[in-house]
Amino acid sequence: MKVNDAVTGVALLALAAVLLWHIQGFPEMPGQKFGPAWFPGLIAIGLGVCGARLVYAGARRRGPWMTLPEWAHGGRPLAAVASVLGGLGFYIIAADTLGFHFTALMLMALWTRLMGASWRIVVPVAVLAPIVIHLAFYKLLRIPLPWGVLERFAF
Amino acid sequence: MTGTVLAQALSQLFDAYVLWVILGSAVFGLFVGAVPGLTATMATALLVPVTFFMPPVPAIASIVTATAMAIFAGDIPSCLLRMPGTPASAAYTDEAYAMTKKGQGELALGAGLVFSVIGGLFGTAVLIAAAPALAEIALRFSSFEYFWLVVLGLASAVFLALANPLKGIVSLLAGLLVASVGLDNPAGFPRFTFGNAELAGGLTLIPIMIGMFAVSEIIRNVATIDQPWEMAQTRIGNVFNGMWQLTRRYWLSILRGSALGTAIGALPGAGADIAAWMSYAMSKRFSKEPQKFGTGHVEGIIEAGASNNSALAGAWIPALVFGIPGDSITAIVIGVLYIKGLNPGPTIFMNNAVAIYAIFMVFILANLLMLPLGWAAIKGAKQMLRAPRCVLMPAILLFCVVGSFAINNSIFGVTLMLVFGVIGYVMEENGFPIAPAILGMVLGGMLEENFISSMIKADGRLLAFFERPIAGGLGALALAVLCFPLIRRALRY
Repeated sequence: MKVNDAVTGVALLALAAVLLWHIQGFPEMPGQKFGPAWFPGLIAIGLGVCGARLVYAGARRRGPWMTLPEWAHGGRPLAAVASVLGGLGFYIIAADTLGFHFTALMLMALWTRLMGASWRIVVPVAVLAPIVIHLAFYKLLRIPLPWGVLERFAF
Repeated sequence: MTGTVLAQALSQLFDAYVLWVILGSAVFGLFVGAVPGLTATMATALLVPVTFFMPPVPAIASIVTATAMAIFAGDIPSCLLRMPGTPASAAYTDEAYAMTKKGQGELALGAGLVFSVIGGLFGTAVLIAAAPALAEIALRFSSFEYFWLVVLGLASAVFLALANPLKGIVSLLAGLLVASVGLDNPAGFPRFTFGNAELAGGLTLIPIMIGMFAVSEIIRNVATIDQPWEMAQTRIGNVFNGMWQLTRRYWLSILRGSALGTAIGALPGAGADIAAWMSYAMSKRFSKEPQKFGTGHVEGIIEAGASNNSALAGAWIPALVFGIPGDSITAIVIGVLYIKGLNPGPTIFMNNAVAIYAIFMVFILANLLMLPLGWAAIKGAKQMLRAPRCVLMPAILLFCVVGSFAINNSIFGVTLMLVFGVIGYVMEENGFPIAPAILGMVLGGMLEENFISSMIKADGRLLAFFERPIAGGLGALALAVLCFPLIRRALRY
C-alpha cells in the first residue's frame, strides 16, 4: 500500500498536534525546568516539521493519494495476506477462551490451505504444529500457553 | 586478559551443551539465511524466546552463530535464484547470478563462503582488540559523554546511512515516541498509558521487533506466494576450487572490505546490508577492471562478502562497550544481555570478563564452523530451497505468536506484534526505513535520562555539554554529522 507523501505528512502534522495537546496535561517537576512533557514535546515538534516537509515534497510530486499493491487485486495472494492479518486478530480475541491448541490448529489449517497446500499436507501440519509447540514451549520451556475450553484435559 | 580468565572462558565454551546450541543455531541460521525473505535479524528475534531459558553464554552464542551463518547463507539464493537470502546479499545479487548464468556458480558460492569467513574473523579480531581498549576510556565517561554518544549514534543512523534523511528522521522520531510510553522516565510519570496497566511498563521491545522484522516479512512473502522459485543451476561442484588464487590476487580488496565492513558495523544504525552496498561500490571504484562489474565478475562479491560478515562483529563494539547498538541485530542483543545479567557498558569487562571472552571465542568458532557447515548448506541448497512456503510461512507465523506471548506471558505481546508488523510493512512499502525506528526505541530512554541528569548537574547551562574534553569532541562530531546534509549540499554547488 503506497501512500502519497503529502497524505503521510498531513497525518504526521495531526499526530504532532494531538501530542502537543495531550502533553499539556503532564505535571511540572518542582524546581526543575525539564518535566515529563519536555521529551515528547520535542518529538512532537520534530514530527510536525517533518510532516510539513513531507506535505511540501508530496504536493510537488503529484501522484495518486494512495495506490493499492498488486496482491490487493484479488486471488490467492489477497486471501493469504487477509488470512495472516485476520488470523492473528482472531488469535488475540479467541486464544484465551478457545485455548492455544485449538486456535493454533484452526489457524494452521487456514493459513496452509490458503497459501496453496493440498489437504494431504494441511491436515498433518495443522495437527502436528500445535503438538510440537506444546512439547517445546509448554513442556520444555514452561510457557503457560492458555488451555481455554480444553482446560479439563490439560497435561 | 589473564590466563585464568581465558581458561575459564574456554571451559565455558567447550561445554557439550554450549557446543550443541552452537551447532543447532548454525543449522537454523543457514536455513533462515538461505530462504529468501527470512533475514538474520528475523532469526535473532525468533531466537530470543528460546534463549530466555538458557544460561548467558549459550544464549548469546546462539545469536552470534545464527546471524553469522545467515549473512553468509544469504548468498546462496542470490547465486541460484537471483533473490537475496538476506538484505546483506542484495548489493551483489545480480553479479552472483550473472556468474551462475556463465557457469561459474561454484566460484561465486565459494567466494561468498571463504571471504565471509575471512571478513568475519577480521571483524572479530577488531572486536576483541578494540572493545576492551575502548572500555578503558569509557570508564571515565559521565552523562555528558553518553548523551553525545547517543546523539552521534542516532544522527549517523539517519544522516550518514540513508539517501533520504527526511523519512529516516520520521522513523527515528516514531521510535523515540514509542520509547517514551510508560513510567520509565526521569520524572516517573505515566506517559501515554491511558490508564492501561500493560502500557505502564512501557512497550516491550521483543514483540515489536518480531512484528517489524518477521511479521512484516511474512506479509511481503505471502503477497507473492504465487510466484514459484526457479533455480538457475542445480548441480554444484567443488566450491573451494580457485579460492587460494583469488585470495592472492584480491588480498587488498579482502582487507579493504573487511576494514570498511567493521567500521560501518560499529557505526550505530548501519549494519551488514549497508556495509555490503558501500564495499561493492568501493570495489568497483578502485578496481582495475571496473567495466567487468555487472557482467558476472567475482571481485565485488569478494569485497562485499567479506564486508557484510565483518560488519556483524563490528556492530558488537558499541553494543558491548556503550550499550548503543551498531545494527538492528545488536539492538535485539542488548535486550538479551540485560536479561542475562550481562549489562552492557564499560564495566562488562570487569564484572563479566569470563562470559565476554567466551562470547568472543564463539565468534571465532562460529566463523570457522562456517567453512564445513556452509559447504554442506551449499550442497543441500536444492533441498532447502524446495521447502514449501505454504507450510514454512504459517509455521514461522505460529512461532512468532508463541514467541511474542512468551516474553511477558501475555496476549498483549501478540497484539503489539500484529500492530507493529503492519506498521513495519506499511513503512517499508513507503520508503521509511525500519532501522532508525528500532534505534530510537532502544536509545530513547538513554537519551532522555542522560540529557536530564546532565542538565541537573550543569544547572541548566547548555555550554556545560562541551566543557569536558571528550564530551566536547563527541559533541562537535555529533553536530558535524547533524549538519552533514547541509555540508554535502554546499559541496555540490
